[in-house]
Amino acid sequence: MLFQPINKNYHEFCIERDSDLCINCKVCVRQCSYEAHFWDEARQKVMHDNTKCIGCHRCEALCPTAALNIVNKPSDFRTNKLWRPVFLQNIYKQADTGGVLLAGMGSPVDIPVYWDHILLDASQVTNPSIDPLREPMELKTFLGAKPRKLDIVTDKKTGKPKLKTKLTPQLELDVPIMFAAMSFGAINFNLHRAMARAATETGTYYNTGEGGLHKSLYKYGANTIVQVASGRFGVHRDYLQAGAGIEIKVGQGAKPGIGGHLPGEKINDKVSETRMVPIGSDAISPAPHHDIYSIEDLLQLIYALKEASEYKAPVSVKIAAVHNVAAIASGIARAGADIITIDGMRGGTGAAPAMIRDNVGIPIELALAQVDQRLRDEGIRNNVSVVAAGGIRCSGDVIKAIALGADAVYIGTATLIAVGCTICGRCYTGKCPWGIATNDPKLSKRQNPDIAAKKLANLIRAWGHEIEEMLGGMGLNSIESLRGNRDKLRGVGISDTELDILGIKHAGR
Amino acid sequence: MKRVYPDKEYCIGCHLCELACITAHSKSKDLILAYREERGKDGLSACKKVFEKGDTCVAISCRHCDEPSCVAACISGGLYKDPETGRTVYDRNKCVGCWSCLMACPYGAIKRHPIESKIVKCDLCEGREEGPACVAACPNAALKFEER
Repeated sequence: MLFQPINKNYHEFCIERDSDLCINCKVCVRQCSYEAHFWDEARQKVMHDNTKCIGCHRCEALCPTAALNIVNKPSDFRTNKLWRPVFLQNIYKQADTGGVLLAGMGSPVDIPVYWDHILLDASQVTNPSIDPLREPMELKTFLGAKPRKLDIVTDKKTGKPKLKTKLTPQLELDVPIMFAAMSFGAINFNLHRAMARAATETGTYYNTGEGGLHKSLYKYGANTIVQVASGRFGVHRDYLQAGAGIEIKVGQGAKPGIGGHLPGEKINDKVSETRMVPIGSDAISPAPHHDIYSIEDLLQLIYALKEASEYKAPVSVKIAAVHNVAAIASGIARAGADIITIDGMRGGTGAAPAMIRDNVGIPIELALAQVDQRLRDEGIRNNVSVVAAGGIRCSGDVIKAIALGADAVYIGTATLIAVGCTICGRCYTGKCPWGIATNDPKLSKRQNPDIAAKKLANLIRAWGHEIEEMLGGMGLNSIESLRGNRDKLRGVGISDTELDILGIKHAGR
Repeated sequence: MKRVYPDKEYCIGCHLCELACITAHSKSKDLILAYREERGKDGLSACKKVFEKGDTCVAISCRHCDEPSCVAACISGGLYKDPETGRTVYDRNKCVGCWSCLMACPYGAIKRHPIESKIVKCDLCEGREEGPACVAACPNAALKFEER
């Protein structure tokens, strides 16, 4: 074997091809956007180059004879608890390139997942459980500021009671789950359309992310939350009025304190039109909003957006879960936000510096519990709804988040997994083999919006059913009864400090 | 009548429809045997072909046209319209291999048999209860078997 530089030799995956099954049909060659499979003219058969494999499993999924198996490279570095292979690989890479390491998707580091250390209560004898198949279950959720008290007057003519209090605009959700902000540009138009359709079908919302909203999707506006981020891409009056809600993105869980960068290669004509940037130019959203340096500045932007949308849409502020998040959330609530979205450190992204992604921020569970508690302590919990995001993996996580104090959750990575994402983490290359994080016309075709919309709607429905089952099991018939009801939660295998922060008792108590 | 409609917007050019077609029309009904053995030995080939140009690809097979040019061009009566099903049927015994149909078909949906002087043409997987194999195999629903 000829000399291989070490960074090339220590690739991550190996392609195993079963020669009894492989028929050299070249489906793998056509599917691999990284050219790991190729037709070898001299050998007259399909061959592969392990060093190019990124572990997306697309070839494995499409191989008609199941001849392929993608495995981790068996050869490994000498076991060393301190110098784990990832550190060596990173150093080899950086010694070669001198650049910042980029990473896609949420952090894979071993930070405790508190969801897995929290258990739900269940009804037994005296407080019987409810059968959701026979009894009505209510998952309806309203996001937005709620009045401290309601004034009701009786209509003199009809004698019927009428609501006197004027309610602020609310987002009405049939299930407390929304599709998280993923911009058109980071993901392609087919998927944006699929999310819009799935949200409309299931009575929930999707978030445009910071890339603007394509004109052809304005018809889904009633189920759209439009985002205003620091780059202000695609933000104009019609856009603000097109959505049912507006979100100011201050931070993102996967990369707190870091801005966004959509590489020029991803900016095609449609993205350019929507984002209002020239074709092929990099779209850089700075880390700070250059008009926000205080809560008062945030207040001004919130009211500017409320003015622009004629006070018809609630305004949300999205922040990353960081130290002192509760105090920050309190400030946001006082600045007039109707919804606060908190994005935990396990949230996904198209591209982030790996060091930021893996070392900055805190888990959503701790942030959420603290924010809910602080807002309650200050007596302003009704002024805002709290939406939790960042690493929500299943309906169990959703229901625990709600019991910890969230009004609803955003799902991002789970959304992408539903349409095929295998979290290979190469979103930033623009060559997503599943046709998700790419605008390459040939690759984005791999997402048929009809199929994707159906899968996304199915996911929301399935989680909705599971939430109903779990609620019924706890003897509750509405999600409202669970919100912030931490007595329904118990911790296992976590310290007193963690229990204290989460505001829950240990199992057995 | 129900036809197979390709959608070039969502055809990803994987060619799995061709493989499904080969298998459905093989003796063994086994993809590996059909592809490795029957293809070379019996000249088994797919009734459809994926055409590609740049970013666009589309899987073409017989359209079973209402007024098929191939039937009009067929000198031996090997191609005819089934009045009941509406399908354009191919009678291999009558085919003389003149290739008139090949030239007449505006879609390029008729192929030469690789070994014999016969043609290969879509029969909509006649007799297959689940409908055409290509439609079932398409991973991106770019082939639809429906009435339009």
